[in-house]
Amino acid sequence: MATIILFAPLIGALICGFGWRVIGEFAGQVITTGLVLLAAFLSWIIFLGHIDETQHIVVLRWIESGSLSTEWGIRLDRLTAIMLVVITSVSALVHLYSFGYMAHDDNWTHHEHYKARFFAYLSFFTFAMLMLVTADNLVQMFFGWEGVGVASYLLIGFYYRKPSANAAAIKAFVVNRVGDFGFALGIFALFFLTDSIRMDDVFAAGPMLAETNLHFLWTEWNAANLIAVLLFIGAMGKSAQLFLHTWLPDAMEGPTPVSALIHAATMVTAGVFLVCRMSPIMEYAPQALAFVTVLGALTAFVAATIGLVQNDIKRVIAYSTMSQLGYMFVAAGVGAYPVAMFHLFTHAFFKAMLFLGAGSVIHAMHHEQDMRNYGGLRKKIPMTFAAMMVGTLAITGVGIPLTHIGFAGFLSKDAVIESAYVGSHFAFWMLVVAALMTSFYSWRLMFMTFYGKPRGDHHAHDHAHESPKVMLIPLGVLALGAVFSGMVWYNSFFGDLDKIHSWFGMEVAQHEAEGAGHGAATEGHAATEATAEAATATEGHAAMAHGTAPKGAIFFGPDNHTIHSAHEVPKWVKVSPFFAMLIGFALAWKFYIQSPELPGKLAAQQRPLYLFLLNKWYFDELYDLIFVRPAKWLGAFLWKRGDGNVIDGSINGVAMGIIPMLTRLAGRVQSGYIFHYAFAMVLGIVALVTWMTLSGGAH
Amino acid sequence: MNPTDFSTVLPEITLALVTMAALLGVVYTGKDALASALNWAMAGLFLVLAFWIGVGGGGERTAFDGMFTDDPFARFAKVTILLSAAAVLVISHDFMTRRNMLRFEYPILVALSVLGMMFMVSAGDLIALYMGLELQSLALYVVASFRRDSVKSSEAGLKYFVLGSLSSGILLYGASLTYGYAGTTDFDGILATLGQGDVPVGLLFGLVMMITGLAFKVSAVPFHMWTPDVYEGSPTPVTAFFATAPKVAAMALLARLMYDAFGAIPGQWGQVIAVLSVASMFVGAIAAIGQRDIKRLMAYSSISHMGFALIGLASGTVGGVQAMLIYMAIYVTMNIGTFAFILSMERDGHAVTTIDSLNMLSKKAPLPALAMLVLLFSLAGVPPMVGFFGKFYVLQAAVSGQMAWLAIAGAVASVIGAFYYLRIVFYMYFGKEGEGIDGRMGAVQWAALMGSALIMVLGVINLFGVESIALTAAETLVR
Repeated sequence: MATIILFAPLIGALICGFGWRVIGEFAGQVITTGLVLLAAFLSWIIFLGHIDETQHIVVLRWIESGSLSTEWGIRLDRLTAIMLVVITSVSALVHLYSFGYMAHDDNWTHHEHYKARFFAYLSFFTFAMLMLVTADNLVQMFFGWEGVGVASYLLIGFYYRKPSANAAAIKAFVVNRVGDFGFALGIFALFFLTDSIRMDDVFAAGPMLAETNLHFLWTEWNAANLIAVLLFIGAMGKSAQLFLHTWLPDAMEGPTPVSALIHAATMVTAGVFLVCRMSPIMEYAPQALAFVTVLGALTAFVAATIGLVQNDIKRVIAYSTMSQLGYMFVAAGVGAYPVAMFHLFTHAFFKAMLFLGAGSVIHAMHHEQDMRNYGGLRKKIPMTFAAMMVGTLAITGVGIPLTHIGFAGFLSKDAVIESAYVGSHFAFWMLVVAALMTSFYSWRLMFMTFYGKPRGDHHAHDHAHESPKVMLIPLGVLALGAVFSGMVWYNSFFGDLDKIHSWFGMEVAQHEAEGAGHGAATEGHAATEATAEAATATEGHAAMAHGTAPKGAIFFGPDNHTIHSAHEVPKWVKVSPFFAMLIGFALAWKFYIQSPELPGKLAAQQRPLYLFLLNKWYFDELYDLIFVRPAKWLGAFLWKRGDGNVIDGSINGVAMGIIPMLTRLAGRVQSGYIFHYAFAMVLGIVALVTWMTLSGGAH
Repeated sequence: MNPTDFSTVLPEITLALVTMAALLGVVYTGKDALASALNWAMAGLFLVLAFWIGVGGGGERTAFDGMFTDDPFARFAKVTILLSAAAVLVISHDFMTRRNMLRFEYPILVALSVLGMMFMVSAGDLIALYMGLELQSLALYVVASFRRDSVKSSEAGLKYFVLGSLSSGILLYGASLTYGYAGTTDFDGILATLGQGDVPVGLLFGLVMMITGLAFKVSAVPFHMWTPDVYEGSPTPVTAFFATAPKVAAMALLARLMYDAFGAIPGQWGQVIAVLSVASMFVGAIAAIGQRDIKRLMAYSSISHMGFALIGLASGTVGGVQAMLIYMAIYVTMNIGTFAFILSMERDGHAVTTIDSLNMLSKKAPLPALAMLVLLFSLAGVPPMVGFFGKFYVLQAAVSGQMAWLAIAGAVASVIGAFYYLRIVFYMYFGKEGEGIDGRMGAVQWAALMGSALIMVLGVINLFGVESIALTAAETLVR
């Protein structure tokens, strides 16, 4: 079944991409969509079923070289199942949505065929992403990792006639390359130290790595920390974390369904998935985890600040995505991997919906993306408005405080924030402030788009129309997810420790020892605590002594009690995100409904700050100065001087100057006179004999 | 002469007797009227002998107290020589009859020189070496000036004769020096002397002189000067012959002399041959660029190719000799095809040899042009043609023989050399319209051209098994 899920999109991509001239564009679209729907259906069957053992399905042998042995295999556990559902569902809905969205695209003339290409790319992306999440070894994962990179490049640059789209595609690819380099180094280091790239072998080596030192660059590092950081650098690139994030907003140059699928729901979460998947290593790398936490928190905060002032509807959502990814990394960083996955899961639904909703708005407004030209659209496009409203309620985290009833984002985001409180106060405060800002910019988007008076070109407003059904159905389905996915799976991801353990297929016994140990600790009996901890530790080491990988999709180190403690945080911590949300909403209402002139005034008053945020903290300018220009200068230098003058110059000089000269000389020597020829022979003999006398004869 | 000796040299004796009988018989009967028949008969005889030698007894035998050696190496060389000589006779027939040049002496002289070559490659003694060499050379001097009424042909013959005598003299001088210091003319004896320790300088002088004499025959730089003039002046069929069989014979003889007589000091002659090889590759490649006459161009081409074959010899390993033999076999095959085409080049009934006349050949004769393209690519060493593998083997041998610099020089020279081959392809496919060649190809020439081109393409599969045969041959030589 997993094999079908994995290869159905590939088959679709191949048929549609290469065969559409034969079967026609529409048939290609239907086939790709049908196959992805099939994959989605099967994924839900797997997801809803019970997974207690990690399954390994070998598809093919791949690379056998020395001690390196790689297979195309499927690793099927809870983590994979979650990702399968997210990827295939969102992908299927996006495929469906694209029927409507891509039907008439102004970037192409009437007789140009672009739809089959688009659908083939989408399906290819889906395949690559599935390859990434089902990988049973790191090389296969890297294959998927690069595959989604390629698909992302192709889709961002889909409108290849637009220079900005090409630039964005290249930027995305290059920035990702930086991260991929870290990832690749991490894989090399793991292979170097464990002599294997199979997940199970690598996981089993976690404790060993924690006690190993590795020389890298200028100094010795703890191997586990180094590897974890390197892997996280890979994750940073893919998941647009701070410093490697600049490509994500630009990636919005791609068609909106692409943004929904790749740059919101799936590909950008690959980094989070990687960190969770590598939990058996991460757990032995406390410094690396601290780094993940801090960087995630900073990302959440910075992205939210930028999101406050952006005017392009897609960019606002893009920064919001980046910010939410920061939340996920904080959760993973403090050791609450299920919580990270929980937020990933719910976020996929509501963020895909926000993007698709934004796409619907853009579609209605004839590809106008500037929110300053929207306004009062809720009557024109009521269904889209309803969907966007659900998405906004979900992302801002609306729910009833201190209960488990609320929109998806309410449950997952609160879980993240509570876990963060346990792990790091800095991260906690960052996230709460970010939650406030999230609420503000989300409502700002809603108010500017759907409320108030129509602004901008009235012609566009007059012709604004609701999107076709094929675009609305996906919105409806995603709305279900955005409302219910949090409540339904709350206990599996966060609420109930026992349930988490069984759901992720982990040893329940180990958890009990852990729970007991922790329970004892809270009671304050130091002695008991010590014993219990020791017991857990021995158990952990015993597992290690057998050289087996920890059981289950996620691994908690013996000292990791984050989720348990997160349930017992003070009440004010639990309600803080809710109040942050309310404040954000109130501010947005004040700024954009009650007195719409306020934002302008504030911007004028705080102009430097406004410009700082509007220009995205000047990251692009800074990178341009530090990296891009020197690189371009070096490139130009090597091209003009190195290649042009030195290499071409010398080759041309030899080929067009020296060789013809020698040719003429040879022609002249060939005089036709026999005594010249005889003389040459004699000279040759003299030279050879002399040489022989001087060198050879001596010994 | 005992019966064993007799059976060992039976192929040579057969060829000698048949040739002499044919000479007498034809002189007293039909003379030139029988030339055509004799031509075919000789070609047939060569094929039969090649088959006989190739399939016949294995192992190593010597005759006449070691003067004559029959081993896999000699057999490999002989089969190559006989086959290429037969091919040359066959493809030149059409050309000769059309120009009314075919005389009955031609096949007989070719047969005599082939006989000389067969003795050369089997030589086990300096005397036998010289005898074979002179038998070959004298026949070749005559065929070079075969067209007596042509000034160019006479000039070519005379130049070849004078310079050839000079080289023979040098070779003889070297042989006598060797005899003087080694006390024997027997290869095994010389080898034994060398094995005793210090090598006398006089012996080294002898070595160098003999290398020089043979380098003249393989036209290695700086003893190559006769080649372009003789190639250009001789009748084209003779040129085709010069470019093939004698080169194989001289190269094989050089290898045999070096290994059988001087195998104890490979370092000494290895460096001399390496220098000759580099000089040949570069001079051949660079001087060919200036040529407008395809026969002169082929002369420089053969100089350059001999340089590559010498790389194999210089590396001093079994792989090197194997590479050299493979290279020579490939080289001969390519040249047969190329000369089959050159023989067919004519305009208004006159033979033309300028490369300009090939302009836009692809329009007039697409298939021959395509075959030529394959052959020229192969000569230039462009993969995946067989010619590439020839170069690859010798370069590989140089690298494994600790002579990486030689391999690098070879690669650079082959890049330079590629220019003039590709220029012909350029003329054939993208040249300007003009007066090109007309006339049709003879069926035999056409077949030779196509066959050769086909071999260059199909050979990439396994080189028709030549590899393993050459390995056996090389192993008997290098001990």
